[in-house]
Amino acid sequence: MKIVVLVKQVPDSGAERTLTGDNTVERASANNVINEMDEYAIEEALRLQEANGDSTVTVLTMGPERASESIRKALSMGPDGAVHVLDPALAGTDAMGTSKVLAEALKRLQPDLVLCGSESTDARGQVMPHMLAERLGMAALTGARKLTVDGARLTVERQTEEGYEVVTAATPAIVSVWDTINEPRYPSFKGIMAAKKKPVETLSLADLGISPEQVGWAGALTSVVSHSKRPPRSAGVKVADEGDGGTKLVEFLATEKFV
Amino acid sequence: MAEVLVVVEASGEGVKKVTFEMLTMARALGSPSAVVFGDVDIAKLGEYGAEKVYQVGGEINGYLVAPKAGALAQLVKDVQPAAVLLGSTQEGKEIAGRLAVKLDNGVLTDVSALEADGTTTQVVFAGSTIVKSAVKGGIPIVTVRPNSMTPSPQAAAAAVTPVAYELTDADKLAEVVERVAEAKGARPELTEASVVVSGGRGLGSAENFKLVEELADLLGGAVGASRAATDSGFYPHAFQVGQTGKTVSPQLYIAVGISGAIQHRAGMQTSKTIVAVNKDPEAPIFELADFGVVGDLNQVMPQAAEEIRKRK
Repeated sequence: MKIVVLVKQVPDSGAERTLTGDNTVERASANNVINEMDEYAIEEALRLQEANGDSTVTVLTMGPERASESIRKALSMGPDGAVHVLDPALAGTDAMGTSKVLAEALKRLQPDLVLCGSESTDARGQVMPHMLAERLGMAALTGARKLTVDGARLTVERQTEEGYEVVTAATPAIVSVWDTINEPRYPSFKGIMAAKKKPVETLSLADLGISPEQVGWAGALTSVVSHSKRPPRSAGVKVADEGDGGTKLVEFLATEKFV
Repeated sequence: MAEVLVVVEASGEGVKKVTFEMLTMARALGSPSAVVFGDVDIAKLGEYGAEKVYQVGGEINGYLVAPKAGALAQLVKDVQPAAVLLGSTQEGKEIAGRLAVKLDNGVLTDVSALEADGTTTQVVFAGSTIVKSAVKGGIPIVTVRPNSMTPSPQAAAAAVTPVAYELTDADKLAEVVERVAEAKGARPELTEASVVVSGGRGLGSAENFKLVEELADLLGGAVGASRAATDSGFYPHAFQVGQTGKTVSPQLYIAVGISGAIQHRAGMQTSKTIVAVNKDPEAPIFELADFGVVGDLNQVMPQAAEEIRKRK
């Protein structure tokens, strides 16, 4: 089975994140990491590979030069190799453009299974798996908390508002995962050393047959008009419980008309 | 006046509040037309300004979102609406993503306000940044975050037009084998509730979550949990509030035994009023709390519950 895992480099959600003067995510000074949810996708791919010997796991990333750090980090967990779509004309690309690029890259890779995180911590759009599925004519089974592969048949259990659903599709298909699906491994020292030698193929837009005006600022179908810092919340009243903390809490709720 | 398509979010036949928010928002851009899949309470849509209701029938519900996006794309081509609004739920976002590709049109998610010219407001990066965006060229396809505004009633005809949609082979690729309903009791849904009481690691056990549930029930609220609490098995993952869970924006958010790591703040920072109970006076949650009690939740919570009962 040929498995491709989509990995996005994002600014660390634990640190302060900002937008730049050109309305894109500030990445130059940020501490950039693998989107956390994607680590669960990598782990799931590796577990499938371990269970079905004859499989390959390839990481696919679209991003600037420095995304190569996250690619090496991903490879240190165990995948066989990576593809990095890198092109200066990609700056400013929106979700629609990203899906166009990733879809072309996936057409080249011809995977049986595409795994990805359910959302990225920066954009949180959750649109990518279905955009890709739509472009590629594949099924998208999203929000998996459990994935079972039986030959060419995929079965996913997914959380819904009402409970959960069991959904199924034939390969090739895209499966996005939540953090409830597994516990990602930490890269071993051996894994980190091995990652340095693993093949990373770099593809440009020309390699994918995409003209620059279809992506980037020029091709974007959405634009950020402006951005501003939201005024930080200021701390209000803090009282120490002296045997009346619960009562004081309710007194506050009463002044705010909640009780 | 151009129509604005509002894709109805429902739980069974019950229309969710975010639908009424969208019907209210839609009026700024044109005449609201609701789109429903299956049977919902149509009269309710008329109370919030839906002039038309497109009712899509057929075997759509046996599959994941692909056929819904297909039917919606067909409607957009027929009706030529000024905009399409969907709920910012997993399903709403997924339909929006597919619709955008089908129409080669931009899409904006997690929108909390929509202006007459189509400019949207999004609060991003754990509530720290406000972004105004727009779709270029095409029509705004936006997903609206629940609890973004107070819906205002407006009587309208809610005239039903049945829509026939023929499923394609591609629509049938992801099949639903089984839907399992889990008992949720009488509590409101987390993202829609106007009061949310959440518990964290400080609760110490699954058993202790009854303190959170008790207060939530007295306030008619929903119960949430921090990632630390769900990862510890204190409460089901479905109720997680935060970066990797639900984003909520209630009128009142009460954080109990939650330190307030960025992971959690990302999911609740836009709540109107925030109350915190924590034994650590240095807990970051107090930086955002309008009212904080530093104390043992095992003492504070039962006392608060008792006090509310007394006042009822």
